[in-house]
Amino acid sequence: MRLPNWLSQHLAALRALLVFTVLLGLAYPLAFVALGRLPGLSDKAGGSLVANGSVLIGQSFTDADGNPVAKYFQSRPSAAGDGYDPTATSASNLGPNDVVDTADRKSLLTQVCARSLAVGKLEGVDGSRPFCTADGVGAVLAVFHRDGLTGPVTRVVSVNQTGTPFLATYQGVTVEPAKNGEDYQALGGVITPIRGDAPADPVVPADAVTASASGLDPDISPAYAALQVPRIARERGMTEAAVRALVKDNTDDRALGFLGEPGVNVLELNRALDQQK
Amino acid sequence: MAGWLFVISLVVALVAVYRPFGDYMYRVVSGTRDARVERGIYRLVGVDSKAQQTWGVYARSVLAFSAVSILFLYLFLRVQNRLWLSLGMPQMNTHVSWNTAVSFVTNTNWQAYAGESALGHLVQMAGLAVQNFASASVGIAVAVALIRGFAARSNGQLGNFWVDLTRVTLRILLPICVVATLVFMIAGMVQNLSGGTDVTTLTGAAQHITGGPVASQEAIKELGTNGGGFYNVNAAHPFENPTTWTNWLEIFLLLLIPFSLPRVFGRMVGQNRQGYAIVAVMAVLAIASIALTVGFEVHGGGTVPQAVGSAMEGKEVRFGIPNSATYAAATTLTSTGAVDSFHDSYTPFGGMMPIVNMMLGEVAPGGTGSGLYGLLILATITVFVAGLMVGRTPEYLGKKIGAREMKLASLYFLVTPALVLIGTAAAFATGNNATALNVGPHGLSEVLYAFTSAANNNGSAFGGITVNTPWWDTALGLAMLLGRFLPLVLVLALAGSLARQKATPESEGTLPTHQPLFVGMVVGVTVVLVALTFLPALALGPIAEGLS
Repeated sequence: MRLPNWLSQHLAALRALLVFTVLLGLAYPLAFVALGRLPGLSDKAGGSLVANGSVLIGQSFTDADGNPVAKYFQSRPSAAGDGYDPTATSASNLGPNDVVDTADRKSLLTQVCARSLAVGKLEGVDGSRPFCTADGVGAVLAVFHRDGLTGPVTRVVSVNQTGTPFLATYQGVTVEPAKNGEDYQALGGVITPIRGDAPADPVVPADAVTASASGLDPDISPAYAALQVPRIARERGMTEAAVRALVKDNTDDRALGFLGEPGVNVLELNRALDQQK
Repeated sequence: MAGWLFVISLVVALVAVYRPFGDYMYRVVSGTRDARVERGIYRLVGVDSKAQQTWGVYARSVLAFSAVSILFLYLFLRVQNRLWLSLGMPQMNTHVSWNTAVSFVTNTNWQAYAGESALGHLVQMAGLAVQNFASASVGIAVAVALIRGFAARSNGQLGNFWVDLTRVTLRILLPICVVATLVFMIAGMVQNLSGGTDVTTLTGAAQHITGGPVASQEAIKELGTNGGGFYNVNAAHPFENPTTWTNWLEIFLLLLIPFSLPRVFGRMVGQNRQGYAIVAVMAVLAIASIALTVGFEVHGGGTVPQAVGSAMEGKEVRFGIPNSATYAAATTLTSTGAVDSFHDSYTPFGGMMPIVNMMLGEVAPGGTGSGLYGLLILATITVFVAGLMVGRTPEYLGKKIGAREMKLASLYFLVTPALVLIGTAAAFATGNNATALNVGPHGLSEVLYAFTSAANNNGSAFGGITVNTPWWDTALGLAMLLGRFLPLVLVLALAGSLARQKATPESEGTLPTHQPLFVGMVVGVTVVLVALTFLPALALGPIAEGLS
């Protein structure tokens, strides 16, 4: 019996797919799984595990309430689950002009400002940043004009603050605090972030106030590690020079001198600290 | 400075492999001898490897293989909970399964699911990764068929799809993947079948370290310009991209085949300089795009990056900003869509560049195969436009570009913009844009990005949009399906039409298609066509955001 042409074509396709599935979908990956059992590769193929986690996967060094444990170097903020959850990896995915808090969530700007303030407080340094208020939210005004986008200013609201606004007046108009749940953009206010007078190069480094791409970033920048050195030395009764030496030991420089950026592996660094007696 | 060295080293490496690797691929697709294992496969599949196919038969073979693949993968995802190594994951629901099956078969690898919380190891290996290979081979096969159309001498034959598919898979993709997998494992990528390991962190909390056959999947994901990550965060995950140098290697792998295929084109039409002209067009567009993306990201813009001091939100410390931006440009210039940083949090203009790259039609250098055939279509349009200017019958490589050829080329060009713009409009008209995380111009950018990514078979995302609703899964699935197979059939029809023609000898009036003038014209035609099509949409989204 001769099959119709279209049917034999689809049967050939199915057979081809099955052959490829066996070859590429089973033989190829499973051969490498087997190879990964060999000594020398097995540690890495198994996930680079150490006693307290994986050296490739970052973790939080906080207590049960989420407060930093002062004797440990702290990791970056994380958007993976409740923080550093490998079963729910994620970035924040918030945009570069996400500056207005809503009832559901804090804006990215406010998150950055609040983190900067908290890190500054923990390390005893200035946590101020451009576009941030002194109380750690985004310094953003909704400016209402008489004729929509033009004309004299009629009303100004500090949209992320319900208490005393960070600015008393704006173009001669008294700044009001925001009311909960009010959408000032929908009412016609022009969203205007205010730069403020914070230094352009803040003391708290960029990676300390931003969530990573994976939510599992194992590294912090050498600058953020350096910022934490005095606290670690104080908490552990070590000299700052000794802590700095450990930081240096656990810093990965750029591969070949030009690939990527230097990073300090936080878990390895903290483990090295615990091993010091 | 290190950031520019990173880009320059990639360029140097790609230049170094262009001839040897291109020549190797040429020998694979034009050789006449079958290896023993290949003969075995042809016997199992039941095809005659010596039989030549016309464009219609070739196209029906591609479509049959793809249809069977979609159905197979759909069923696989629907029953994964009953299979070995499911890790207790439930079956995938109907609309996500449809979306995912189409996504992987079309080389898009858009992901409406999170790998670590939705899929077991078996379906990743034997379902998704198989399509990573197959969809890449299909793209290369179709590109080779188009070249045979230019090279053929009036016999109308385009080769044999089953032979192209098998040879490209076994002789090009698999050997490189074997080497890359080994290197990736040495770098620290996981390769096991473990369901994960529960650990107690230094401060006493619980953490579940995931496992999986990641290294073997990562290799083909990059080499085949697929881009579907094993985990939700794709190549940002330390298990998918553990070091600063694996980041370089991943970018190299995803650019390798698309940038070397013009050599195959040059060899097959018998004039290497034609290949150089095509690769020059790709390189000019790619280098300009990478420089702009890196420049925009490094120099900030947007309130939050200014407050932070740099655009570090959604980026990893080990990669840093310049290398992350290079990855973002490379992944969208090809049809890869893997990411090592999250484009949604990019500076306004930095985030616009990936969209622009995809809107270019992914021809610089584009996906495996699809980049080359896309660019050859644009070159054909350029020849026609130039012909109109001087009032002569346009011809490309001795083949006349007549009414039929131009209709096919124009239709090819119109498919993706139509899908992107209609899709975006439909999302707003039906209120489905409300699932975007951001509002205002950035919300439009998110929707525009999603449809651009799907219709161009890229698969990267502005992650801030919730896309696993029935409407989004269905709409994006359709965009991916039509965005892959309509152009592919049109390309094969064009190939068939060219293959039936006798070659016209070159004359005084023939436009030389290997000189800088022609390269410049193709670049110009590409940019003008894209700008005319997409500028209004871009103005309402990223440009409005960047200027406000």
